[in-house]
Amino acid sequence: MSDIKVRAKLEGTETVVKCLISHPMENGLRKDAKTGELVPAHFIEEVVCKWKGEVVLTASWSGGVSKNPYLSFKFLGGAVGDPVEITWKDNLGQSQSETAPIS
Amino acid sequence: MIDDTRRTLLKGSLAVGPVGAALALAPGLLLADWNQAAFASQDLGSALKALLGSGAPETNDEVRIKAPDLAENGAVVPVTVETSLENVTTIAIVAAGNERPLVASFVLGPAALPYVSTRVKMAKTADLIAVVKQDERLFSNTKTVKVTIGGCGG
Repeated sequence: MSDIKVRAKLEGTETVVKCLISHPMENGLRKDAKTGELVPAHFIEEVVCKWKGEVVLTASWSGGVSKNPYLSFKFLGGAVGDPVEITWKDNLGQSQSETAPIS
Repeated sequence: MIDDTRRTLLKGSLAVGPVGAALALAPGLLLADWNQAAFASQDLGSALKALLGSGAPETNDEVRIKAPDLAENGAVVPVTVETSLENVTTIAIVAAGNERPLVASFVLGPAALPYVSTRVKMAKTADLIAVVKQDERLFSNTKTVKVTIGGCGG
């Protein structure tokens, strides 16, 4: 099971990719409402987006990206059926990957 | 699977488990680029300098930044950056009023179009700034977003 949803759609010559990742994106500045303690930082640092193994986009994020991040990007050259792979890695070393075909 | 990954990483071995195996195949890509100095910076100029080599982008209306005029919830502010400039290699998004203003940077591969859309947190009413790097030059544009409830905690 992966907590990444990926949609890649060919629109004319452009492939439009939209993805939604389940992640708390704690920036380390927020206080817990009950205890008053700071919630430790836990956020995605890097997202690598590949098309047929080629890197299309590398995103570097801070904890300033919203919880359960949304990312959309576009690229040229894609064809229906080509695999689009999204991989993220966070500041605690956790990582997930998901692949979806272009539709 | 995420628990497997965590255990794998705690053991210090990247070669065990399906996700670990995938990681080991692309270590350079996943461990390379996160720019600690840029993202920890509390000052916009030094953040951009650490990230892109220069702290002083030139305002350019060809850089288009789309965000709401008013965000009731600063925790989730949709932002889209797009440009008609060519040979853009990096797009950065900055929330000028945040304690750590650099929010995100996107390095574009050869196939990518200069377009990104995401959602960011804003601590208070402030400018959202999009910065694009074209060859060695930086261009930016700004959009002020009114924030009713800040979204950075604290």
